[in-house]
Amino acid sequence: MSDRPRSPAFYALAAFFALFVAFLYGPTLTILVLSFQGPQGGLTFPMNGVSTHWFGKLWAGLGIVDIWGALWRSLRLGLVVMGLTVVIAFFAGLAFRKRFRGEGALFTVAVASLIVPSIVVSLGIGLEFRLLDEAVKWAAAETGWGWLQDHGTLMGLYTSALGAHLTWTLPFGLLIMFAVFNRFDPAYEEAARDLGATGAQTLRHVVVPILGPSLVGVALFGFTLSFDELARTSQAIGGRNTLPLELQGLTTTVTTPEIYALGTLTTGMSLAVIGLALGASLYLQRRKAKAGLRLG
Amino acid sequence: MDGTVARPATLAAAPPRRGRGTALWQAAPFALLFLLFFILPLCLTVAVSFWHYDEYSLTPAFSLENYQEVFEGCIDRLPSLCVTFATYLSTLRFALMAWVCTLVLGFGIAYFLAFHVRTVPVQMGLFLLCTVPFWTSNIIRMVAWVPLLGRNGLVNQGLQAVGLTKAPLDWLLYSEFSVVLAFVHLYTLFMMVPIFNSMARIDRALIEAAYDSGATGWQTLWNVVVPLAKPGIAIGSIFVVTLVMGDFVTVGVMGGQQIASVGKVIQVQMSALQLPAAAANAVVLLGAVMLMIVAMTRLIDLRKEL
Repeated sequence: MSDRPRSPAFYALAAFFALFVAFLYGPTLTILVLSFQGPQGGLTFPMNGVSTHWFGKLWAGLGIVDIWGALWRSLRLGLVVMGLTVVIAFFAGLAFRKRFRGEGALFTVAVASLIVPSIVVSLGIGLEFRLLDEAVKWAAAETGWGWLQDHGTLMGLYTSALGAHLTWTLPFGLLIMFAVFNRFDPAYEEAARDLGATGAQTLRHVVVPILGPSLVGVALFGFTLSFDELARTSQAIGGRNTLPLELQGLTTTVTTPEIYALGTLTTGMSLAVIGLALGASLYLQRRKAKAGLRLG
Repeated sequence: MDGTVARPATLAAAPPRRGRGTALWQAAPFALLFLLFFILPLCLTVAVSFWHYDEYSLTPAFSLENYQEVFEGCIDRLPSLCVTFATYLSTLRFALMAWVCTLVLGFGIAYFLAFHVRTVPVQMGLFLLCTVPFWTSNIIRMVAWVPLLGRNGLVNQGLQAVGLTKAPLDWLLYSEFSVVLAFVHLYTLFMMVPIFNSMARIDRALIEAAYDSGATGWQTLWNVVVPLAKPGIAIGSIFVVTLVMGDFVTVGVMGGQQIASVGKVIQVQMSALQLPAAAANAVVLLGAVMLMIVAMTRLIDLRKEL
């Protein structure tokens, strides 16, 4: 097929693809430009001068909304979710290569977690923690134990919100691990074991270095999906919001280009993370290739 | 990173040296998390949907009052629609429109990447170009439509400058149109990736054979590519339809908080602390989504295709 000349269909589809990319990126580029709006400028074109005025205002804070606190919380949660997603999905991927009881059920649950509407999962987790709080309060009243008395809520960033995020990132992580292990040659493991390596040594010195670039991919999914997650967090977080939740509120209250500055900032952060992940993945691949040359 | 959807049955066999005990331990954290944050919450939701509640407290019970509330006036006031049916009808319309648009776009893009881009690095580069927005904030991507579609937005300015309209169009933003547009903008990727994955597995010799046997491009597309891409189409459709059915964020932001959706009803009841009512609505939504998935897999006969 590849030696045939390009058909007219190719040019039509290429134009279609170009339009689609413009559709994907156009709006974001628009707010990127508009975030540099002059101090007198509004939410739409024309540009009223060019300045970093709105970034300055954003830096000073958005009124009552603690936007930097929310950003910080989202970053920390994203990093925790990333670490847990990589480790837990990696070991689950290892487990699925062997047979174990309930593997079919576990796979079904993981896929179901992607498909069940987020609002339902979020509501369920919210309910779970409210009932837990009730139970603690009841226990406090029954037992009279001092350390139970001033119980607030168990709901929070590293409890309910973390769990909600993992139900979203782990299935993606597992599916990637399946794809990765499908291409992984078990002969490397056998060779390591034949040379006397223990199971843990094989994992540390053979499997993880070979899969390194793909694990970076899992980490990228873990962080970005958590950093931008909104629907599952909405009912499963206590009083202190993550960044996407604050952003959702700001869409109706902020009527200045500050919101575009915020958009430019968070999109820039996401892009930086993607760039970092791609760079790390390429670096690991290159190092692997070099090591292969040296050994071979 | 390439979103390949594999099934456990197709995994390469690992060396059988280590026992099943290890596998159980390795899967345990994964299983425990889903037990605590997925299975248990869903079970609690079903249980609480039968509870009794008033302004001050929840009492465990087994009553159908919450479901009666959900379906109030749905049977006896036919043919006029009750609130729940009207909301579902509106959400279903969104799902249908988003599904058609994402299917056409996603299939076209996947087809271009899989069959018309000739080298793998270019293919991967363009694929990545399509997936990057997936890793950025959905809310920001919605907000980004405001300067384009607003009353004084670029589209209205352009239309008036060209002389196509005299007054700015109001239905571009905070309308059903903008909601569907945002769905298509956000979810086409969920359709494109599985379809691309299916297409990448199609043996190129089959296309050659069709071509050599004298099939036209359309015939090859319809009789060879589409049937072989069906598993991807099914997976993508399930993703898009379920994402739209449970949505409350996109409908809220892009509908100017004026358009109802099933997810939004649940969210509002939850924030009003009407937990059993929200739970009953969630159970109904879950049932509806599951019915739709079953219908879609029947239609496409997923098992036979895989």
